[in-house]
Amino acid sequence: MTIDVNVSLSRWPSRRLPLDETPRLVERLVRHGVTQAWAGSFDAILHNDIAAVNHRLATECSIADNGLLWPMGAVNLKLPNWKDDLKRCHETHGMRGIRLLPSSHGYGLDDPEFAELLGMLSDFRMLLQIAIRLEDPRTQHRLLSVKDVELAPLPSLMKEHPDVPVILLNAFPAANSELASLLATSARVYFEIATLEGLAGLEKQIQLLPPERLLFGSHAPFFMLESAVLKLQESAMPAPIQKQITHENAELLINTLEK
Amino acid sequence: MIWDLHCHLNGIPGRTPDEQMARLIECADRMQIDRLVLFMGTPFLLDPKPEEFRDQNDQVLQAISHWHHRAFGFVYLNPIYESESLAELDRCVANGPMTGIKLWVAKRCDAASVDAIVRRAIELNVVIYQHTWLKTTGNLDGESTPEDLAKLARRHPEASLICGHTGGNWELGIRTVRDLPNVSVDLGGGDPTAGIVEMAVRELGASRVLYGSDVAGRSFASQLAKVTGAEISEADKQMILGQNLRRLMMPVLQRKGVRL
Repeated sequence: MTIDVNVSLSRWPSRRLPLDETPRLVERLVRHGVTQAWAGSFDAILHNDIAAVNHRLATECSIADNGLLWPMGAVNLKLPNWKDDLKRCHETHGMRGIRLLPSSHGYGLDDPEFAELLGMLSDFRMLLQIAIRLEDPRTQHRLLSVKDVELAPLPSLMKEHPDVPVILLNAFPAANSELASLLATSARVYFEIATLEGLAGLEKQIQLLPPERLLFGSHAPFFMLESAVLKLQESAMPAPIQKQITHENAELLINTLEK
Repeated sequence: MIWDLHCHLNGIPGRTPDEQMARLIECADRMQIDRLVLFMGTPFLLDPKPEEFRDQNDQVLQAISHWHHRAFGFVYLNPIYESESLAELDRCVANGPMTGIKLWVAKRCDAASVDAIVRRAIELNVVIYQHTWLKTTGNLDGESTPEDLAKLARRHPEASLICGHTGGNWELGIRTVRDLPNVSVDLGGGDPTAGIVEMAVRELGASRVLYGSDVAGRSFASQLAKVTGAEISEADKQMILGQNLRRLMMPVLQRKGVRL
């Protein structure tokens, strides 16, 4: 049983991916024991009609097998009337969370609108995913070249909104361990493992971060799903911790939102 | 059969190369990796002086000394120091147990000073692993691009060269070495982006594609996944995971009497 908190649907902007058709992605997720996948849309990287992006995402997720895909809508804080997009995610589509792409959309976490967004998410009891990066800056297409999101503003903001669960996607290695540790211990900030690297990296990471703050994430289909799956094999971990990472932490996170 | 082309001691916990090697083998066993190729020591040195690259090679020699049934070493050279590099090549490969050459980022590989090393590698029948990257964010001064390697490969068509990291920006790296049959590509060291293996097999043929991890900076997991999850045939996966590297190294292994 596995909950993958970091998958995306539709097309990567600069290349076709082997699994960028939803049925093929779903088949691969199921083959590797993924029972639930929280999905954003690659369309949100460049599209301005975010309402249409989220509508397609919700529709695509609703027709996948057995509710496997949970949509994580997009909100672009630099677009006019972004609050309406957020409301539609909550009220129209019944989404449990949203995914931000700050680097692609051109703002930092010190943007005043980000603090406003946290307040609305608190009211809506929704979770927040922040993509710290989508691709290694060294390999980005020159027209899509952006830096990783700076995490420095996050600790103080989380103090003001401690009830909003935040999942940092693709945060390794951009999140240095000191800041990551501060976020993980002082707030409801979670990290997923798609970009976690190093020999037996997960085994090392559970010494640095509380295991209850780690989630399974693959960044499929841009990354190979098997990368995250094999990381569990490469690191020797007690079975209870492995369960926490693969699904229990994500389940608890959702349960607290639904209470 | 899995042979990993690209492993480092740097970053592996342990007070000595022996301790680091034991940890590396422990993790390799979990992933069913049979053989490991090691190069360079601790710490990483971009432009090592002769005494420094000799020390780095000594670390690798020590690390593999109890693991000849599991690990090979490639000698780390710096073409800026041509005569010292040739002497080190003879110490570690011609007269020692090492079985290949590693060139990193001290000097771009289209430089004339690399030619003598390549000529000696041809005499010794060993492969040269050349780090290559084509970074959107800009390369180091001495860092080779796939185009630099292509120039070297055209000058030495009888040399067996490996395009490290497939050039990083692999869509460009694969295109650059496509018409050079003496160049293979190393899959290791980049993010596990989907599609790299499919494109490499389509454009180069599976026989020119090599699995490598770049541990300990990378995980075995993320790099193995590029191959195991790729939409290619099982036969092609077997070639990439180990058979190709075994074939490339077979001449030197036979000369040294290595039993497989």
